[in-house]
Amino acid sequence: MSVHDFYVLSPYIAMAGAALLIILLDLALPKKGLLPYLTFAALAGPLLMSVIQVIDLGNATSLLEGSDAFASTEPSILLGVLSVDRFALFFNFLIIGSVALVALASADYMKNMARFQGEYFALILFAATGMMLLAAATELITIYVSLELTTLPMAALTVFLMNSRSSEAGIKFLIIGAVSSALMLYGMALVFGFTGSTELAVISEAVGKATGDLPFGNYALFVGIILMIAGFGFKLSAAPFQMWVPDVYEGGPTPVIGFLSVASKAAAFAIVIRVFFTGFFDVALDWGILIAGIAAASMVIGNLVAISQSNIRRLFGYSTISHAGYILVGVAAGVKSGESIFKVPEFAPIGLDSVLFYLVAYAAANLTAFFAITIISSKIKSDQISDYTGLSARNPVLAILLALSLLALIGVPPTGIFIAKLYVFTAAVDSGLVWLAILGVINSAVSAYYYVRIIRVMFIQPSRDGEKITASPAPWLALWVAGSAMVFMGIAPGFVMEAAQSAVEALPV
Amino acid sequence: MVSEAVIWSIFLLPLGSFMFAALVVRPLFNRYSLISGLATIGALGTALGLSIWTLRSAILGHHLEFEPLKWLEVGDATIEIGLLVDPLTALMLVVVTGVSLLVQIYSLGYMKGDPSFSRYYAYMSLFTAAMLGLVMSSNIIQLYMFWELVGVSSYLLIGFWHERPSAAAAAKKAFIITRIGDVGFLIAILYLFTQAETFSAAGLNAFHIPDIWMAAQAEAAAGAIIGGTALTWLALGIFAGAAGKSGQFPLHTWLPDAMEGPTPVSALIHAATMVAAGVFLVARFFPVFEHSIDAMTVVALVGAFTAVFAASMGLVMNDIKRVMAYSTVSQLGYMMAALGLGLYAPAIFHLVTHAAFKALLFLGAGSVNHATGTFDMRYMGGLRKVMPVTYVLMFIAGLSLVGIIPLAGFWSKDEILLGAWDGTGLVDTWVNRVTFFSLIVGVVATAFYTMRMIILTFHGEFRGGIDKEIEDRSSDAADDTNHSAHGGIHLHESPLVMILPMLVLGVITVVIGYIANPQWVDEFGIPKHWITAFLSDGLAEAKNAIGHHETLEFSRGMALVSTLAALLGIGLAVLVYLKRRRLVSDILVLVKPVHILLTQKYYMDYLYENLMVRKWFYRVFAGTLDWLEKNIIDGTVDLVGWFFRNIGTAIGKFQTGQVQTYATVIAFAVLAIILALLLVD
Repeated sequence: MSVHDFYVLSPYIAMAGAALLIILLDLALPKKGLLPYLTFAALAGPLLMSVIQVIDLGNATSLLEGSDAFASTEPSILLGVLSVDRFALFFNFLIIGSVALVALASADYMKNMARFQGEYFALILFAATGMMLLAAATELITIYVSLELTTLPMAALTVFLMNSRSSEAGIKFLIIGAVSSALMLYGMALVFGFTGSTELAVISEAVGKATGDLPFGNYALFVGIILMIAGFGFKLSAAPFQMWVPDVYEGGPTPVIGFLSVASKAAAFAIVIRVFFTGFFDVALDWGILIAGIAAASMVIGNLVAISQSNIRRLFGYSTISHAGYILVGVAAGVKSGESIFKVPEFAPIGLDSVLFYLVAYAAANLTAFFAITIISSKIKSDQISDYTGLSARNPVLAILLALSLLALIGVPPTGIFIAKLYVFTAAVDSGLVWLAILGVINSAVSAYYYVRIIRVMFIQPSRDGEKITASPAPWLALWVAGSAMVFMGIAPGFVMEAAQSAVEALPV
Repeated sequence: MVSEAVIWSIFLLPLGSFMFAALVVRPLFNRYSLISGLATIGALGTALGLSIWTLRSAILGHHLEFEPLKWLEVGDATIEIGLLVDPLTALMLVVVTGVSLLVQIYSLGYMKGDPSFSRYYAYMSLFTAAMLGLVMSSNIIQLYMFWELVGVSSYLLIGFWHERPSAAAAAKKAFIITRIGDVGFLIAILYLFTQAETFSAAGLNAFHIPDIWMAAQAEAAAGAIIGGTALTWLALGIFAGAAGKSGQFPLHTWLPDAMEGPTPVSALIHAATMVAAGVFLVARFFPVFEHSIDAMTVVALVGAFTAVFAASMGLVMNDIKRVMAYSTVSQLGYMMAALGLGLYAPAIFHLVTHAAFKALLFLGAGSVNHATGTFDMRYMGGLRKVMPVTYVLMFIAGLSLVGIIPLAGFWSKDEILLGAWDGTGLVDTWVNRVTFFSLIVGVVATAFYTMRMIILTFHGEFRGGIDKEIEDRSSDAADDTNHSAHGGIHLHESPLVMILPMLVLGVITVVIGYIANPQWVDEFGIPKHWITAFLSDGLAEAKNAIGHHETLEFSRGMALVSTLAALLGIGLAVLVYLKRRRLVSDILVLVKPVHILLTQKYYMDYLYENLMVRKWFYRVFAGTLDWLEKNIIDGTVDLVGWFFRNIGTAIGKFQTGQVQTYATVIAFAVLAIILALLLVD
């Protein structure tokens, strides 16, 4: 392993190092209240390295030695295993940004964690390491390991409230996660059996040679890819692999759930795009329709069940399922059936552009909502929507920010998700998935029903308890940053859009 | 000639006053909340001046075309932000800023002492900014964004008194029902995305509104880019959005409920401007609509039906604002019907006049409410003695709504009726005929409910106001909605700050009809058929055609017919309401000898009102419509809601909480996917 390889890995090493540093500091630190700020500061390492890498990368495809830009040098041992390209770096920034905000937002909430506060932040950082690696992984074993590195800390974090609901949620997350991992590993084994390699680049070549008369050209690929979709479906919280979501959302600590719904989901989308577009693109017409079906099911199930929820976190569980559906519309739109007589899939980058944009817009809006809920729930000690009455009187700014984020989740301009939805549905229409776009538009309209209900409750009659809701400056800062990003992306989406486009260009489809 | 910056500032001024009220006054100086009101009025006054300047520039025929700014690039599509200032926009700018300014001045009095004074002005400024942004958008996506923003601010304002559950429910209903229409609008936009490549091949931008007009023209260089069925569906999608905002059947149910908001809000948003946005939208895409007979027919018939349907409901309402709400829906139906028949200029002209007299009627209702504390006309009466100015102004506005010569409403309604009768050749003759007769029936109904409203409010004896209402309510005990409590009873004229804007609107209501100038040549410096020519030229320019405007020559016959229809309605109302009341009071005064005779007469009146009107007409005709409204339409809406809720619950049943179930579902899902793919193959 050369020095350059260490440089390539530096954001990941820095992130894991930050986690270890927090554990050590936790031992020495007398005032635990500083932990969120230290976590925030420790993110400077991975952030700095990612920035340096972006600058260093310039217009090249990958930082690794032996890839195009560095063809003359000895190939790196990481070649084929990781690809640190603009696509991976895009997700680095999204994940680091989410972690930073979640750390700040946890400043008040972590008092619930009793004596495990150091572990709480360290586990978040470890999970983030896994997510960043996931966005860069190009080899099945690495993917599997990275995936577990995100899932296991998240499962541990879910039980941190140490009450029965939280423990139940954690166990469910762990078991369903394990089942999904098993399915995925089995799928990977089948794919390896057919292609003879675990590297996506090699798999891609072999997949093109599958010429059987059934879907995906070959039984091993057929079953293998579907099992992998099932495994990824768990991480995406897409239907029909979504059943764990509401329970975990209801039981887990609120900031952790916010993190799970944003960063973990983004990383899962990163790896789905990486695997399916750079590994299995030759059979894209077969899995494209499958993804479209999953997208439709997720939107419909998420929105319909959300209508009858009375617990706000459970409602957000279903909301996140529906948003996974909208984003999957973009993934499905990345494949266009070609115009030649042989039905050859064609790559439509706009679909993936829209996915990346949506993920950032969703991160901003959903984090705003979750940070507001965190502040509220630590005061009113309830997650029932009916207990949100009179919030507008107890803290108008908080109520307005939460209301704005709910409007954003409906897709009302001028917020990022409005642009994102327009982008995703446009891409779908562009790729011939008109039915899916129309279903998406109708679902957006249906979703207004349950989001607006919360706004209505917040602004109705004064609550029984007129006490003001307050929070310390850190959670407020996190809330304001996320909220501003949410509106900013609706007004000036150009920057994120260009970043998304250049990230997608880096994919070797 | 006005510069681009001037037009942008018309939009930015109210936006600035919104920010000032929301971010500076409300958090920091809420004790001096009057500042927000004054800042809003200042900003709007300036904006009105600039709007008039813009209109003048448009009238002088200046070429008001500005290069749009590039905002986003999505695939093949470039989305821009820009200004589209044609005669339609210039006129709308003046209407929106003008009505908004007057309403804000009025609100100084009406909202005085409300603890959320700053919030009120913040929302009102936000709404005005969004509405102005909407009418000046040159890009359909830009327009859509303002369209939604207008919806959001309307939501905020309907639910302004959110401590009332009925207000919060009404706000939600308005938001959701208009969004149902917006689904159609959004699908129309998505369709344009699919055509982006074709557009750019022809050197056009699929979202630039003038380019969309161009694409629909068969005479365009490359032939019609959108045509045939696609064009019809595109137009109908846009119309769905318009119908939602403008309360056209069957999406009208939210508008009467929206009256839960403060009365000046109803005047500005739910009478003069926002609800007219639907009409504006159809007018904006008129060069597209007119290429599809089917779409035009749908627009005309929906408009005509709404005009009669809503007017008939207005006949049975006791709440003064609800009478006006149905009246607004009905009048919007007139405008839609006119657009559907191809009467572009008359429709917009009616929009303008309607904005003036309906805003005045609402402000009058607010003034009445200020005095009596109630909106229920059963507890009003006799107010003409204590509120002479309000009475006279509302009477003028009412006659204008009915369409009595020489008030504004007469001229605009007359043009629509005339055009409907003559036909424009854009739709089949039967559509013209059906629309015409519906609208004439609508005139009778309009006259009836308007006079009924005036008589019940201002004539007869005062019937107790809010105190009596509360008393009656508490004896009913069951019904405890507190929707109309706004202060107590103080029977006198409203303060000057409320009367003054009403006076201005009253003057406008009297004179604005003359911009149509159908009768005289170049009198008062206004050319003959000025408004029609102005708007039609704008439309012709949009189509790159030579200015040919079909002016409708004033017809004495038509004026006679519409006046007779109006007088019939007025006469009926006077007979039923005014005459009987006088007799009732006579009975109280006179002694027994004449009693029998009077009873006889009273009996006839009783027969007339109770049997004919109440039993037969109300119960059968209006009652049927009311029943349809309550059971079929609301029922369908409820059913849809019920269906989705229960489907949701049914799916939720799978959510047993058992981790074994979850794992089993995953396993079965995988099996099902494999089987499905094998079967499909």
